[in-house]
Amino acid sequence: MSEALNQLTGELAQAVGSALGTDALSVDVAYGEVTAVVVRERIVDVVTRLRDAPDLGFISIIDICGVDYPERAERFDVVYHLLSPTRNARVRLKVTTDEETPVPSITAVFPGALWFEREAYDLLGILFSDHPELRRLLTDYGFDGHPLRKDFPMTGYVEVRYDDAQKRVVYEPVRLNQEFRNFDFLSPWEGTTYVLPGDEKVKTN
Amino acid sequence: MAEAQVRNFNINFGPQHPAAHGVLRLVLELDGEVVERVDPHIGLLHRGTEKLIEARTYLQALPYFDRLDYVAPMNQEHAYCLAIERMADIIVPRRAQIIRVLYSEIGRILSHLLNVTTQAMDVGALTPPLWGFEEREKLMLFYERASGSRMHAAYFRPGGVHQDLPDQLVADIEAWCDPFLQTVADLDALLSENRIFKQRNVDIGVVSLEDAWKWGFSGVMVRGSGAAWDLRKSQPYEIYNELEFDIPVGKNGDCYDRYHIRMEEMRQSARIMKQCVALLKVEKGPVLTLQGKYAPPRRSEMKRSMEALIHHFKLYTEGFRLPEGEVYAAVEAPKGEFGVYMVSDGTNKPYRVKIRAPGFAHLQAMDFLCRGHLLADVSAVLGSIDIVFGEVDR
Repeated sequence: MSEALNQLTGELAQAVGSALGTDALSVDVAYGEVTAVVVRERIVDVVTRLRDAPDLGFISIIDICGVDYPERAERFDVVYHLLSPTRNARVRLKVTTDEETPVPSITAVFPGALWFEREAYDLLGILFSDHPELRRLLTDYGFDGHPLRKDFPMTGYVEVRYDDAQKRVVYEPVRLNQEFRNFDFLSPWEGTTYVLPGDEKVKTN
Repeated sequence: MAEAQVRNFNINFGPQHPAAHGVLRLVLELDGEVVERVDPHIGLLHRGTEKLIEARTYLQALPYFDRLDYVAPMNQEHAYCLAIERMADIIVPRRAQIIRVLYSEIGRILSHLLNVTTQAMDVGALTPPLWGFEEREKLMLFYERASGSRMHAAYFRPGGVHQDLPDQLVADIEAWCDPFLQTVADLDALLSENRIFKQRNVDIGVVSLEDAWKWGFSGVMVRGSGAAWDLRKSQPYEIYNELEFDIPVGKNGDCYDRYHIRMEEMRQSARIMKQCVALLKVEKGPVLTLQGKYAPPRRSEMKRSMEALIHHFKLYTEGFRLPEGEVYAAVEAPKGEFGVYMVSDGTNKPYRVKIRAPGFAHLQAMDFLCRGHLLADVSAVLGSIDIVFGEVDR
């Protein structure tokens, strides 16, 4: 069964690759899924072609999300998932961007991208050009920052409480009663990149 | 007569409106009673699930999925487990697969019962919720007897399910199925031909199939518009390809069709449950994979085997690791396609988990669905797209 599946996804990868042509930087197959890395400026054209090609028919938008890799020059991946009900297939498209460069919005091709792009903007700060209303979606009114970025602390910066004297909800800087605990369960025997406390002098001689 | 100054009304619907199905704030722009624009404000239940998951091991992240769509918790866990299993190449024992299907279908009935009956309440009927919730209560007892918890079960685990089902529970589930069909028939008699219910739902919120795909709809929302699309049939997981069930499809794409599809899906789910019960009676064996690197050993084994003890210790401290890569796994949740896109960097914690919730894609089309409808139709449309805020806001 898995061989048949591999063959199917292989065929799909070829079809997607030929439909994308030079706009695709790479087309890979992993875990039975096709992933194409696409030139950022061409993304609108690419999804339009995937949607309109009669033998592909990726007419449904499943998801758009961002992934943050802060150590890279272009730190964000924007990942698109499309579905073709006629071909019963999925494809994943990826473009990269940084904090300033906007990604062309695909809302004109898929209106269903509206909120997914807003969410990516809200949580990661990815900009989309030509989006009709690129404002915050999930976070609080007046929120500052992009919480899904890796450099955003888990506990955030502000906390709210009801102040009985002022008879309203007040915003205050986060005060942690104990240090935020991020347990490191990775085995120290398997080549950690940091030095354990007390081990500083082990390698000096 | 002097020309009157006409001005559009802006009203707030929610966040504490009973027909908003949770904490939804809709800013409605009205011209008289006609809706001109709908602007849903969401995020009032945003808990940052995706951020929290990034700081947990794979197993610790699992219970967060119960808290997404909290009317059908196990279906969410299922997608997450499938994603992990696909990456780690874990083989799920057959009995576990049957139990998963059984409980996924219980979840489907839980969700549809809530939706159908509360939608009826939104348009004015008070009896259906009272009847429906009685059955939901029984189903939640089945949840409790399997997992120890009525809602937040954490029952599906990577590699299978946490505990085996006792025989008595399986027998009780079987005994529940047939009387339940009578409840569905009663609800059907209350609603399907009810004049008020039809006036409020027929030809309301019509979606064409092309639009449905474009807006990223899934599940009942595309089936109502005429697509025979169900992931259980088209991209079968677990043992769905061995089971016999039908996919109801609508013709008109309106709220009334969606109601009928949900009713029929409940009957089909009961049919699947009966098949699963029959299979469970024959199929004995482990319910959690025996690959010790991913699933903890059974308690009795830990008393005798040193290796089992080490596995247990490692799994509950460090947790397991997945190979580097990315995977997207989706299940047919009651509300539509629930997907998990997981990026792994090879450590014991997921690098990024994106939760693709069906309600999120459906709710964003509120403006498209309600424009030109009357104010009273907003709650009918909202009811029929089946929103639960746990999964929309995450």
